[in-house]
Amino acid sequence: MAYSEKVIDHVENPRNVGSLDKNDPSVATGMVGAPACGDVMKLQIKVSDQGIIEDAKFKTYGCGSAIASSSLVTEWVKGKSLEEAATIKNTDISAELELPPVKIHCSILAEDAIQAAIADYKSKQAK
Amino acid sequence: MRYFELFNIPVDYHVDLAKINQQYLELQRVVHPDRFAGKGEREKLLAVQKTAEINDALSILKHPVKRAEYMLSERGVDIRAEQQTLQDPIFLMQQMEMREALEELPQSDDVEAAIEQFEQQIKALDVEFSQQLAQQLSSDNEQDLQLAADNIRKLKFVYKLRDELARIEDNLFD
Repeated sequence: MAYSEKVIDHVENPRNVGSLDKNDPSVATGMVGAPACGDVMKLQIKVSDQGIIEDAKFKTYGCGSAIASSSLVTEWVKGKSLEEAATIKNTDISAELELPPVKIHCSILAEDAIQAAIADYKSKQAK
Repeated sequence: MRYFELFNIPVDYHVDLAKINQQYLELQRVVHPDRFAGKGEREKLLAVQKTAEINDALSILKHPVKRAEYMLSERGVDIRAEQQTLQDPIFLMQQMEMREALEELPQSDDVEAAIEQFEQQIKALDVEFSQQLAQQLSSDNEQDLQLAADNIRKLKFVYKLRDELARIEDNLFD
């Protein structure tokens, strides 16, 4: 199965790979996994006092589509408010990356990762 | 459960693979096409169907994840086609760390010892989840079945680690 040029670009030049300091109270982490293929994705966001995502990093062990989906999401969420970031849908990701139907679960993983990171931020703030 | 009955083994997640293989040979012998050479079309067709069923049963009974999913679906919880993600931060963090360690494994001072140690870690996880699964799958309690489903999902990550380790070994020693 051929990857789209956009997927190949993200795999060859992944954006925002790495980690943020998880002990920083403004940093939240979303951890998700896809049992079907064993992919593991970590997505971290750094949120300003105004609720704007200032930075995002990811680390993904998985196929090219999973790497591209998480790389794309880190680009998209930067500069967005938490509310805006929460509206990102897997269909937006799969459309942008032209993912074939068998790889839709990779975009679902990325959507769930951002949702998990936002939920983690909210629970950290509530403490 | 039909597949367990077909192979005449107890309905238990822990199976005796030698017994399964032995029963398979026996079942195959009974439905072998040669025995139906002179028989009517109906008998031949039935034998072919039986052969397919025996082969399906074998592949499911032998494979730990397929066997668990089969047992769970027979108890009314079917997770075989799910696309759902797993969100268990502690387990996933451990998986992430293990994948990182695996990535760095080829640079170890003593690669063979590192592989050996990693195999032991995978084995320990496998044993832990399998033992829990065996208990949960023998229960009729809905909560236990949901726990079993979660354990099956986790087991898939453990087998992924094993596949990745095998891939790294192939690259190193070929």
